Amino acid sequence: MSPRRTERPVAADDYYGRPIIKPPVWEEREIAGYLFLGGLAGASSILAAGADLRGRPALARRSRVMATGAVGLSLAALIKDLGRPARFLNMLRVFKPTSPMSVGVWILVGYAPLAAGAAASDVLGQRPRLGRVAGLGGAALGSGVATYTAALIANTAVPVWHEGRRELPWLFAGSAAGAAAGWGLVVAPRAENEPAVRMAVLGALAELGAERLMERRLGMIAEPLHEGTAGRRLRIAKALTAAGALGAGLLGRRSRPAAIASGAALLAGSAFTRFGLFEAGMASARDPKYTVEPQRRRLAARG
Amino acid sequence: MAEPATTQRMGFFTDTSICIGCKACEVACKEWNEVPDDLVGWAGRSHDNSEGLGANRWRHVAFIEQRAPLGDQRANFQRDGGDFRWLMESDVCKHCTHAACLDACPTGAIFRTEFDTVVVQADICNGCGYCVPACPYGVLDKREEDGRIFKCTLCYDRLGEGEEPACAKACPTDSIQFGELEELRERAGDRVQELHERGVADARLYGEDPDDGVGGAGAFFLLLDDPEVYGLPPDPVVTTRDLPETWKHVGLAAGALLAGAAACFARSGR
Repeated sequence: MSPRRTERPVAADDYYGRPIIKPPVWEEREIAGYLFLGGLAGASSILAAGADLRGRPALARRSRVMATGAVGLSLAALIKDLGRPARFLNMLRVFKPTSPMSVGVWILVGYAPLAAGAAASDVLGQRPRLGRVAGLGGAALGSGVATYTAALIANTAVPVWHEGRRELPWLFAGSAAGAAAGWGLVVAPRAENEPAVRMAVLGALAELGAERLMERRLGMIAEPLHEGTAGRRLRIAKALTAAGALGAGLLGRRSRPAAIASGAALLAGSAFTRFGLFEAGMASARDPKYTVEPQRRRLAARG
Repeated sequence: MAEPATTQRMGFFTDTSICIGCKACEVACKEWNEVPDDLVGWAGRSHDNSEGLGANRWRHVAFIEQRAPLGDQRANFQRDGGDFRWLMESDVCKHCTHAACLDACPTGAIFRTEFDTVVVQADICNGCGYCVPACPYGVLDKREEDGRIFKCTLCYDRLGEGEEPACAKACPTDSIQFGELEELRERAGDRVQELHERGVADARLYGEDPDDGVGGAGAFFLLLDDPEVYGLPPDPVVTTRDLPETWKHVGLAAGALLAGAAACFARSGR
């Protein structure tokens, strides 16, 4: 007898619409919040180190204080989100380059004391040279704090995050720069805010550019970036980021109120970007078609 | 005492063509491993009342109803024209050769045993949840009331005593077969060929190929339809395969962030 292929009467692409992968069990407030705060902290340390070296003391001090506050809140959010917070220190049993979470914990463990030390030295006026060295170390590790989170979410089976792995680090770097520059614009006197203005414009360009590239390259997987809650958040983020960068670039050097308003828009834009990308990932994990369709196309292409 | 432990790679071959949907595997697994009760009630999905794999479901029997013939069998069922087949599949952790959960785990709680199976150590897991979205099959999940992550251990405790896993032991039709992986692969190849000869052209193996995106599964399947029909990903890939590329972009972006910031301070007024 010759084998027959069964014609499936209804084209079923999934099992009763259930997700194939498990959406992350992370709380949005803690983890999306951390993506924002970590970027703000890391890039603030970088801005502070530059301000310190180039004689802009108010910008340096206030950025250092923000970096310390943001990384403190970050650690609190990360520990709170654990199923067993008392076991946080189990993170330090091993170092695993295959786990961006492990790499990130070690970066944070190095970064947090440096950021706090630089801020303490500055605020208390003690040991300025040691404070400057700590600030430079914090800036170096801060670049990692601000960008590794892209690898953290990209190294999952979540379609939007995993497929966005090339652009997300650039997007996160730009978003972090925008947030830190935004804080700098809010708190620095006009005489000191020129680097923050420049960083605001550069950061916004990087963020919006990387996001555009990602939307184009992802094809149908980019749908969650445009739809529902995630789409709404990301549209607000783009508007705030563009407006903040424009306002900073045109008026930030001339008017304090304009600098403050632009800075606040940039901070809010960065937060909306992170919460939007978090939700886009969750949405792409919940709908099995974003897992199944690209994989089927991959199989078909291989023949 | 049972026979001494083997160090060969052990696994499951789940032949769904002879699954009768009795759920003895689900029950035996829960009893042996003391997995909490979590019936969701009838889900309106054929006879499925446990939804899918999770922290409290380490075996899950899927039920799919199709108006299609199964090989040359005639359904004794004349409503709506006659053809009907019932696909049933007992799903389980795949115990991947390249396991994303193991790579992602930041505490070292997830490890590979001497049987080449993948196990979460409950005394180390801190419930960070990173393995949950890392798994391309959606196997691991957090036990809410506990905070930690749980999944199939391939009955690591029983294997150490030379016993087969509880689900395989309880399976009344040998749809779940436990054994040395190489031997299971041979047996599965013969079974597919036999089914093809008997007219069941849809029979295919899933997860048996060492060249697939997870390096081959330690628990593989004989399916009668496309994997996605059973809620399985058609072409799963271990996410860590793309991690070097991701790290490269992270490194470049971090460098660009520092360089860009330096540029912001260049040639400024003071």
